Amino acid sequence: MATQDLGLRQPAKESLLYDPKFRSLAFQVVTVLVLVGCIWWMVDNTIENLRRSNISTGFAFLRGRAGFDISDRLIEYTSDSTFLRALVVGILNTLKVAAAGIVLATIIGFLVGIGRLSNNWLIRKICTVYVEIFRNIPPLLVILFWYQGVLAVLPQVRDSYSLPFNSFLNVRGFFLPAVIWDGAFLPSFSWNGFLPNIDWSPVMAGRLWLIDIAILLAIAMAWFVVRRARQRQAATGQQFPVFWTSLVLIIGLPVLAFFAAGAPATLEFPQKGTFNLTGGANIKPEFLSLLLALSFYTASFIAEIVRAGIQGVPKGQTEAYSALGLRPGTGLRLVVIPQALRIIIPPLTSQYLNLTKNSTLGVAIGYPELYSVGGTTLNQTGQAIEVVVIFMVVYLSISLLTSLVMNWFNAKMALKER
Amino acid sequence: MKNTLKVVLGAAALGMAVAAAHAGTLEDVKAKGFIQCGVNTGLAGFSAPNDKGEWTGLDVDFCRAVAAAVFGDGTKVKFTGLSAKDRFTALQSGEIDILSRNTTWTINRDTALGLNFGGVTYYDGQGFMINAKKVPGVNSALQLSGASVCVQAGTTTELNLADYFKANNLEYNPVVFEKFEEANAAYDAGRCDAYTTDQSGLYAVRLQMSAPDDHVVLPEIISKEPLGPAVRQGDDKWFDIVKWTYYALLNAEEAGITQANVEEMKSSANPDIKRLLGVEAETKIGTDLGLDNAWVANIIKATGNYGEIFERNVGQGSPLKIARGVNALWTKGGLQYGMPVR
Repeated sequence: MATQDLGLRQPAKESLLYDPKFRSLAFQVVTVLVLVGCIWWMVDNTIENLRRSNISTGFAFLRGRAGFDISDRLIEYTSDSTFLRALVVGILNTLKVAAAGIVLATIIGFLVGIGRLSNNWLIRKICTVYVEIFRNIPPLLVILFWYQGVLAVLPQVRDSYSLPFNSFLNVRGFFLPAVIWDGAFLPSFSWNGFLPNIDWSPVMAGRLWLIDIAILLAIAMAWFVVRRARQRQAATGQQFPVFWTSLVLIIGLPVLAFFAAGAPATLEFPQKGTFNLTGGANIKPEFLSLLLALSFYTASFIAEIVRAGIQGVPKGQTEAYSALGLRPGTGLRLVVIPQALRIIIPPLTSQYLNLTKNSTLGVAIGYPELYSVGGTTLNQTGQAIEVVVIFMVVYLSISLLTSLVMNWFNAKMALKER
Repeated sequence: MKNTLKVVLGAAALGMAVAAAHAGTLEDVKAKGFIQCGVNTGLAGFSAPNDKGEWTGLDVDFCRAVAAAVFGDGTKVKFTGLSAKDRFTALQSGEIDILSRNTTWTINRDTALGLNFGGVTYYDGQGFMINAKKVPGVNSALQLSGASVCVQAGTTTELNLADYFKANNLEYNPVVFEKFEEANAAYDAGRCDAYTTDQSGLYAVRLQMSAPDDHVVLPEIISKEPLGPAVRQGDDKWFDIVKWTYYALLNAEEAGITQANVEEMKSSANPDIKRLLGVEAETKIGTDLGLDNAWVANIIKATGNYGEIFERNVGQGSPLKIARGVNALWTKGGLQYGMPVR
């Protein structure tokens, strides 16, 4: 009877619909097909619509003459440069504000975060108010606050505030003396077909290579000192003032090299011209307000992350290092912070990514970052889809790169069980 | 799985329907019952909301004229405020049916951007404005070397500015804003020494400054800026309607047909006027265009002729008080020349 039962069940098994393996496979295949179909349809529809509306397509426009000027730039650029170069200027401006913003936001964030745990009532309350104000205002408003509320009410050029070292502050931004080097610290690159063309003459001019070598040497020596000091402490327990030694090396050697090379630099001071202060270095109000706004805004989130991180370390750890006889400063540095960092780093990464992406809001105050320059390019060429693709690729690359670095840092700080 | 398949097929069919519905703007417009018109977010004289919240201006009235030609009712139009940067994408994507936003007619826009310009509703040229209180003694754009100049992103103005300073070997710092209002505010706050846009725009911006009398428009005109309405390429029927609405406005002015006398003009003996107003026997002019034969009469009833639109919005009847100049009819020494309606 048993065999007959089995025989009867056989036909029921033939219906694949009731086979869990087949079903899960089938659903996945269908999902993939639907996804591919949707993407194919979108791409096909776009191409068809572009063709129908007589809009030229392709990335050839990047080689055309841009025709517009960009005032804030890190590399050589004129209106005769290509659209590609204009976009590179934009990308570098984005990276500039993002990098400076990340550093500043981290510093402010850590200070405020630690301040919120202070035993001092006033410091604690000030930090709380700071966090609650800045994290509850949309970032665009913070940017406009700095631009229109703080920097736009500074005096006109002729009534500039005079600051020490021949610097000036007015509605056009910060004007500082600029250091003009007799050459460059890096050789200039150009592409000769696919081969890089390296020109070392700017580094040779003014013997700047001496300073280059001094910097590299100082870093190497500092690294060596750190290693030896660690070995010695492990072997004998004796400590060595590593920090101060490295600092003297890293600052002292390049300064020595600077004088050895015959001081190959001059200072250029800002002068009053017909309209603006000319000469010297100028930090434009657009950059300054975007930097301050992004830093202050993101710092309020970082402060909360830092506070959570520190509070996440069990109190027993503090009691333990005290019992071992470590001073509070050393204990904080060696016991609490390393453990707090494990909690802090992953959410910190998201904040860094947010800051970078929020830099697109600079378009509202005329800071020429990628989104702004790309927008102008889009408008002058009409290549909407291509420019948007460039936007996505660039921001995605920047974000993925930031994540990669932070994940590496996180892995380094993670709990290592031995 | 059958359901999933149905959904997929449905979505695909819908997609094709969306793609196919793009066939004719006139049919689309008639089906939805109004024209979607892209205008400037706020440029006095051309397109700006008045104190009652109604859109007014030369560019706005042109859209009303097209609405009157299509529906016999100048109010059947909705406006979308657009920045210089968004305007072409809005038109290309079909978000708006007509772009009437002080847009310069250039070959690049006509070809690579896939647009068609329906005529020149305002002949303009780019100029500069400075604050004479803050920078005294400047009375020519050639003295602007080293100045910071506020300009709007994605305009021909931005390109002309670069070319002009380069051609004259002058240094300058462009301060580029996405929105007109942001550029105005920055100039007013003293962020820039000079402001540049089309001259008509300069007069409009001047009125919005905190102390209009301090500001001086410099005499140089550094470019040709023929401003006109644009439509998508590849829809000749709709393009014809926009183009001939413009010519109808000019011909009406030339024939002396105004908002006030349009009804009595219908009984005029002049064959030109009879043809224009669609009262000629057996006329097919309007229907050939895909419209009603009374299309010109409807336009004039709704907005008046070109001269009336001009004077009301930017001319003597407005705070801008701009003279007709090159925008006068060809019969009066200007450039406005309406192609014959016959």
